[in-house]
Order: sequence, then structure tokens, then C-alpha cells
Amino acid sequence: MVISDAVRSAIDAEIAKYPEKRGALLAALHLVQREHGWIAPETAKAIAEIFEIRAIEVMEVVTFYNMFLDRPQGRHQVRVCTNLPCSLRGARELVHTLEQHLGVEAGETTPDGRIHLGHEECLGACAWAPMMRIDDTYYENLDAEQAKKILDSLK
Amino acid sequence: MQKAPFITSYLTEHTADDAFATLAGYRAHGGYEAARRALTQMSPEQVVELLKDAGLQGRGGAGFSTGMKWSFMPKDSDKPKYLVCNADESEPGSFKDRLLLERAPHQMLEGILIGAFATGADKTFVYVRGEYAHPANVLQRALDECYAAGIFGANCLGTDLRHDVVVTRGAGAYICGEETGLLESLEGKKGQPRKKPPFPAQFGAFGMPTTVNNVETFSHVPHVVAKGADWFRGFGTEKSPGTTIFGVSGHVKRPGLYELPLGTRLDEIVFEHAGGPPDGRKVKGVIPGGMSMPILPASQLDVPMANEFLRERKTMLGTGGVMVMHDATCMVRVGCIITYFFRDESCGQCTQCREGTGWLHKIMQRIERGAGSPADLDLLLDVASKMEGQTICAFADAAAWPVQGLLRHFREDFEEHVKQGKCPFPESFEL
Ligand SMILES: Cc1cc2nc3c(=O)[nH]c(=O)nc-3n(C[C@H](O)[C@H](O)[C@H](O)COP(=O)(O)O)c2cc1C
Ligand code: SF4
Ligand code: FES
Repeated sequence: MVISDAVRSAIDAEIAKYPEKRGALLAALHLVQREHGWIAPETAKAIAEIFEIRAIEVMEVVTFYNMFLDRPQGRHQVRVCTNLPCSLRGARELVHTLEQHLGVEAGETTPDGRIHLGHEECLGACAWAPMMRIDDTYYENLDAEQAKKILDSLK
Repeated sequence: MQKAPFITSYLTEHTADDAFATLAGYRAHGGYEAARRALTQMSPEQVVELLKDAGLQGRGGAGFSTGMKWSFMPKDSDKPKYLVCNADESEPGSFKDRLLLERAPHQMLEGILIGAFATGADKTFVYVRGEYAHPANVLQRALDECYAAGIFGANCLGTDLRHDVVVTRGAGAYICGEETGLLESLEGKKGQPRKKPPFPAQFGAFGMPTTVNNVETFSHVPHVVAKGADWFRGFGTEKSPGTTIFGVSGHVKRPGLYELPLGTRLDEIVFEHAGGPPDGRKVKGVIPGGMSMPILPASQLDVPMANEFLRERKTMLGTGGVMVMHDATCMVRVGCIITYFFRDESCGQCTQCREGTGWLHKIMQRIERGAGSPADLDLLLDVASKMEGQTICAFADAAAWPVQGLLRHFREDFEEHVKQGKCPFPESFEL
């Protein structure tokens, strides 16, 4: 089973909210990605079957949106916002510190598969910069030491 | 937890109180009484007229009259009609909608209910940017409370109005804030903006008549209905009534949210409220309304924050995101960040935008590295001018304007890079 029964019924509940099935495609991709960590080709195919569209159409959507991953990227997505307000308050220095701390560059995954470090555009937390998003959670008003501790606590 | 605004007015008065995000807490402050009044004592036309009289303008960036927009929805159509609440908030420098979603979800939902009644819409889709997982959860909880209490559903507030609300999540694409990009995304597609006409009021979500309004816009509506047009016009300027929530970021002592009347002077916001730059530094420039809006130099901060005044200075209110830069800031680096963002977020449909944003970034970086030539300054302006007014959506204009603003007011920074062959601002933020 590529898609679990629990996710399948959650997808059906989403589909019921829209006048056309396809309206629930983004919701379905979020659900599947939460379970699998990324959208594999065979998952895209299974989704395509549910939505009665072609797998390539699913992949077009996956690649258009930053939050959908078309390859595995580590267990935790760590994204430091480097847009202007955050950069004015030290976000880029923070990225460099975390790169050194993890021994990878932004855009890479740690060899143990624990953390994928990346940049992100403005996340709506500009006054509490620098900040980062880890998976679905925001961490704001960071200093380097705090940020390193938070990363160390990730399993 | 979302931090409460430093200065509050009617929209944010209770946002420091956790209970305000719950139905009971919202009702303790008269919540849903404005909707009850609209649904039971007014006609849809009266609600639309009231909003027109109040002069409420959209807070999503374009500043269009909300009452007018609602009046465009066809009245005698037998097709389903939809409202969309734009909670995509991705304009860099903007973070007010997040507060309203997290701390006052019922206020926005009450505005939606009133909008549903006024436009005859069957359903509202609230499109929340994908990264706002927590705000979306808070909103969904508030919505569940509403259904349990009969506020939405088959008989809204015990009347014969039927209205459903669906919370939809985006997945990380700035362009899905543009209303027709949003509609495409809502239909489960790539968020590529549509050619207009047809406009959403005729052909919107799933091909049906649709009205799109911003989170803050909906949040003002219950207050207008409860207290009237004259009360609303008691805030702000004659042409731009009401308050708005300014988000102040960058080099200030007190970055944060400030709910103030439209027309509050920019220097008052930056210096009196946000405390000005720390460490005895001076202001160099301020972007007044989110990253798409042209910057103003320190000498032009005596401007009231309302479009009729900002336009005279060749900029706009946008989303009210005020970004402050102190005197050690390199404006070419600022340009690099801005052009990188637009290059990255262009949806790629229009040649002028796809190619233009790439060129702007390339030239900007070349100048920053000290490898630019004197002709590069005019080349930037030439590329920017060819992007304006040529494309399917306003994104390309939004990418061109900030570059024009930087060269209008900080041309010297660019010239010095070219002349010295390096960045002359050693203390500027890193790139
Ligand atoms: C590139 C671009 C991005 C936009 N992003 C947003 C956004 O994130 N949130 C928003 O409310 N409006 C955004 N808008 C404006 C919307 O297209 C639309 O005008 C607005 O949602 C209408 O609501 P209002 O009349 O209540 O302001 C954007 C426009 C453009 C051109
Ligand atoms: S202007 Fe840019 S973002 Fe807008 S439709 Fe054209 S390519 Fe896409
Ligand atoms: S610029 Fe980083 S959150 Fe807005």
C-alpha cells in the first residue's frame, strides 16, 4: 500500500469540501508528505489515480510549490528566513553559524539524514528576526547558541 | 506565541487575551452580534451600501473599495457563488494577517459571514499560506466551534442563510497571493495567474462568480456593521478611512505590530512608536508597504501613510509592512535581496517577467561585487521599465518598482560600487 487507509480516508474527507475533486490535491499532497516525508514517483502515481489525473500533472504541482519535496530530504526541514527584514537583523550570519555547526551548507542534508538546512523567503515573522521554521513550527528571536541547541535536540 | 501589538485599536484591542481566539471569549466582547444584526435586520444591499459609505478599502495591497467589489457579484445567477479569504500573506515585511488568524479568528469569520450574506455566496475558501500551519490550526478550531454553535452551516445564526467555510492550505509560492494565482491553486493546480478579463466576479473559483478579500479586510467588517460608517470614518483620512496594522521590522528598537489610523505619519511610526534605529544610528531609508513598494529616503519620512499621500512620493501603502534600514546599510545589497526574491518567485508565464527578474538580479549582483559598469545603472532602469504594465499580473510591476525606487533615491550607492570596484559599506549586513 503506497497510501495508508488513514491517509486515504483523510483525503476523501478533503475531497468532500470542494466542488471539484481536484481542489483537494494540495491537501492530499500535504497529508501524504507528512506520512512519507516526500512525494515519491509511485506515491504521485497513487495520488493521480485518486484524482483521476495523470501522474505528470501531480508532479507539475509538486515541483511548483516550495513545500513539496520530490526527493527525500532528511527527517527535519530547517529553514532560516533570509529575506530583507531578517537579513537586516543577522539572519545570514545565523545561516553561516548553523552551516558550521552541522558541517553542511545550506541546501544540503546532514550525512545522518537528520536535518536538511535551507534558506527561505519571508515567513511572516519579520519583527522577531532572526527566525527559522523547523517542519511546522516557528522559532523566533533566535541567537546563535539557542538555535544550535534547538538543532541538537532534533531526533 | 504571537506577540500582541504595541499599539492597539478596535481590530487588535483584545488580541493579547488568549480567550479572544475562542468563541466564548469572542462572544464576551459582543462577538457575532454584528452578523446577527446584518442577517436579521438588514438587506444585502444595505450592507453593501454601508461598506461603501464607510469607505473600507481592501487591506491586501491594492486598496480597492470593499463595498464596490461586493456589488460586482451577480445577483440573479443560479450558479454557486464563492468568497475567498486571502490568507496567503507572503509579501516580505508583512506579518499582520498572521496575528489576526492566530489571535482573532472569530473576528475574521464574522466578517466572512457578513460578506456571505451581502454577496449571496454559498461557500468561503480561506486560503492560508502553507507555512502558517499553526494559524491554520487555530482557525480550524475556531471554525469547528462555529459549526457546533450553528453559526455556519445550514442555518447560520438560526436564519435561513446557508454558508460553509473551508480552510485550504497553500504550499509555499508567493504568487498564490495574487488573486487569480490563488484561484488556480485552490483548484489544485500550479498557482499561475489568469489573464483578465474575465474577472473573478464573473469567472472565479471553479469557474463560478467569486470575490476575493484579504484577512484584515474581512476583520474590519463586523466593526463597520456594529458601529456605522461615520464611526469608521472617525479613523484615518477622508480618502482612506479606518485603521490598519503596520508591521515594523528591520533597524528599529521596537520591531512589531502597531494598529494606527491610516494617515499616521511614517516618521511617527518609525521614531516615536518603533523607537528609531538602535545604537545611535540614523535612518537611511524606509520601505513603507512591503517589499514590492518603492523605498523612501530619510528626508521623505514626513509622509502620511495613506495612498493619496504616498503616491505623490511615487510609492504606496501596499500591506503596511514598514522596513527600516540604518545608515550602515548597503542599498545595492538590499537590491540583491529584493531582486533574488522576485527572480525566485516569478511563475514564469510571461517573458518580460521571467527574463526581466533574472536580469535585474544578475546586474544587481554584478554591481554589488564591484564588477559593474556605469552603463549598468541605466540598464537596470531600462529592464525595469520594460517589465511594467506588460504582463498577465502585477507581479512584474512589483518586481520593477523597488529597483526604480532604489535608483531614484540611492543612485550614489550604486555609483560608488562601480567607481571603487567594491562595496563601500563594510558595516552593512552580510549577503
Ligand atoms: C504578486 C502579488 C501578490 C499578492 N499577495 C497577496 C497576499 O499575500 N495577500 C493578499 O491579501 N493579497 C495579495 N495580493 C493582492 C490580491 O491580488 C488581491 O488584490 C487581494 O487579496 C484583494 O483583497 P482586498 O481587496 O481585501 O485587499 C497580491 C497581489 C499580487 C499582484
Ligand atoms: S507577471 Fe510574472 S508572476 Fe505574473 S503571470 Fe507573468 S510571469 Fe507570472
Ligand atoms: S523577512 Fe524573515 S520573516 Fe519576514
